[in-house]
Amino acid sequence: MAIANTYPRLRAAVSRIAQSIPVVAGVVVISFLLTRALPGDPAAYFAGAAADEASIQEVRVALGLDKPLIQQFFIYVGDLLQGDLGQSLSSGQAVAADLAKRLPASLELTLTALIVSCGLAIPLGILAATQPGSWIDHLCRVVVTAGVSLPTFFTGILLIYVFYYLLGIAPSPLGRLDFIYIEPDRITGFYLIDAAVAGDWETWFGALKQLVLPAVTLALFTLAPIARMTRAAMLTALSADFIRTAKAAGLTNRKVLYGYAFRNALLPVVTTLGMVFSFALGANVLVEKVFAWPGIGSYAVEALVVSDYAAVQGFVLAMALLFVLLNLIIDLAYTAIDPRIGFSSK
Amino acid sequence: MSGVLLKSIARRSGGLDHLIYVLRANPVTMFAFAMFALIILAAVFGPSLVPYDPLATNAANALQSPSLAHWFGTDSVGRDVFSRVIVATRLDLSISVAAVALSFVIGSVLGSVAGYWGGWLDAVLNRVLDTIMAFPLFVLAMGIVAALGNTIENIIYATAIINVPFYARLVRAEVNIRRNAGFAQAAKLSGNSDVRVLAMHIFPNALPPMMVQVSLNLGWAILNAAGLSFIGLGVRPPTAEWGIMVAEGANFIVSGEWWLAVFPGLTLMIAVFTFNLLGDGLRDIFDPRQRT
Repeated sequence: MAIANTYPRLRAAVSRIAQSIPVVAGVVVISFLLTRALPGDPAAYFAGAAADEASIQEVRVALGLDKPLIQQFFIYVGDLLQGDLGQSLSSGQAVAADLAKRLPASLELTLTALIVSCGLAIPLGILAATQPGSWIDHLCRVVVTAGVSLPTFFTGILLIYVFYYLLGIAPSPLGRLDFIYIEPDRITGFYLIDAAVAGDWETWFGALKQLVLPAVTLALFTLAPIARMTRAAMLTALSADFIRTAKAAGLTNRKVLYGYAFRNALLPVVTTLGMVFSFALGANVLVEKVFAWPGIGSYAVEALVVSDYAAVQGFVLAMALLFVLLNLIIDLAYTAIDPRIGFSSK
Repeated sequence: MSGVLLKSIARRSGGLDHLIYVLRANPVTMFAFAMFALIILAAVFGPSLVPYDPLATNAANALQSPSLAHWFGTDSVGRDVFSRVIVATRLDLSISVAAVALSFVIGSVLGSVAGYWGGWLDAVLNRVLDTIMAFPLFVLAMGIVAALGNTIENIIYATAIINVPFYARLVRAEVNIRRNAGFAQAAKLSGNSDVRVLAMHIFPNALPPMMVQVSLNLGWAILNAAGLSFIGLGVRPPTAEWGIMVAEGANFIVSGEWWLAVFPGLTLMIAVFTFNLLGDGLRDIFDPRQRT
């Protein structure tokens, strides 16, 4: 307790981590209910279309579906704790192994897109807020309103048409790497990092070329909420009393803008990032389908088509846990950058 | 009596003045209202106005680029893309309106109950909403449709469920701050039941922000439903629907037949854009403080 009182940031971080435990429990309950809510006999669904009576019965016993619901829940949680998400019908592999194999592709795409969109949206929002009424402010407004209306799958198709078919500068939109390149040895699963570690710059550029269009598609989608929030938060911060005081005290414009206004404006922006992640992970599924990107989103779409329920539910659970984790990281970052936490101890 | 009447007229015309002022100052909102009317017209009268049967195939006339006879060209089996895009308006709009209406009703009831009575009901509701929001919402909708079965009704239910938290939270907050307000207590003291006070006196105060939410939500619901049908959920192939038309057109984009995907995609975008503009406009009218 003494430690916690001396380090208010640490206490905030620990209480934030504790808060995510009931959320994870809720996510597990909902995904359990989703697997058991299948109309009719879940055992028949999990056994697949080709199953006969005996194999359905086998699956029923294997999944524990002949036991009461509460007991089934504990079996489900027990399996989850061992990392068992069931067997995929289409690939014949464990769902958890399939997801783990494909997750880096999705993460590489989503994270690249988010870095690109933050890199564009935050400066755009700041410039729009510091020069209200200028052309950049109008540009920001157009981007913000048009951006949230863009269906990601449509933007992706448009980009393919323009950059692949018309201009011929983009590679064919089929996966992470053209077949003329050799896949880099798997270290992290992120092709850009693996190829760089191996020093294979040809493959690195090959992977980058494939990544550009899908990442831009996803970035365009997430650009709008970030730019909108940055602009609004900067406007609020710039009209605050402490900015007037800082200016009156003769601090440089730069110091006032980045040292005071931006640091305060960053908090609502970081909070919005949570919502942006939710959109990005959903849009990721669509972008992966458009660009035949071999991530977990296109895995789920393929599984949906052949009614591979264990794979779909495993995907939903994995995405939810990923989202909870991302939100946790965001909030921890929030406590780290919030200038108001920890003043008393200074 | 007449004084009260006069005052209410004055207030109403004040509201009208404000409306006219906002519309005049903001031509974009006026444009959004016009577009909205156009979309409604297309949804209501579209099927009886289009030049071709949206399902009639004509193999001899397949993959024609846009021309005077076929404004948006024809698809791989010779169906008229323009007719299909217009006819699809009704389906896309019905899915999103039905979904938003469902989440409006469910969210209002849950939010009102939690906000008025509080206690364990409130605590449980908050937990459930937090859990729903803990999922990436589009992914949750995919999971729900996969679990309930691949039909249009289930697309509507899934879209409704992922939107409920927004409405429930909004209503809960609006009801909660007014449950002990003077007018609510007065209504209670003059013998109205709790339910009546809640439904007739407190809840109507939540309607203006709810309208803004509805409008912003409609655009998002259309995007969501179109996204689900793009990945093959809900709407089945011969049916005309924007998402599925873009999905079908995507196969032809790499060989240069752009009109198959671009026209339904553009229409979808314009519809969503209209609802977003409308939402921003309504927010300016109802709640000038929230302008960003």
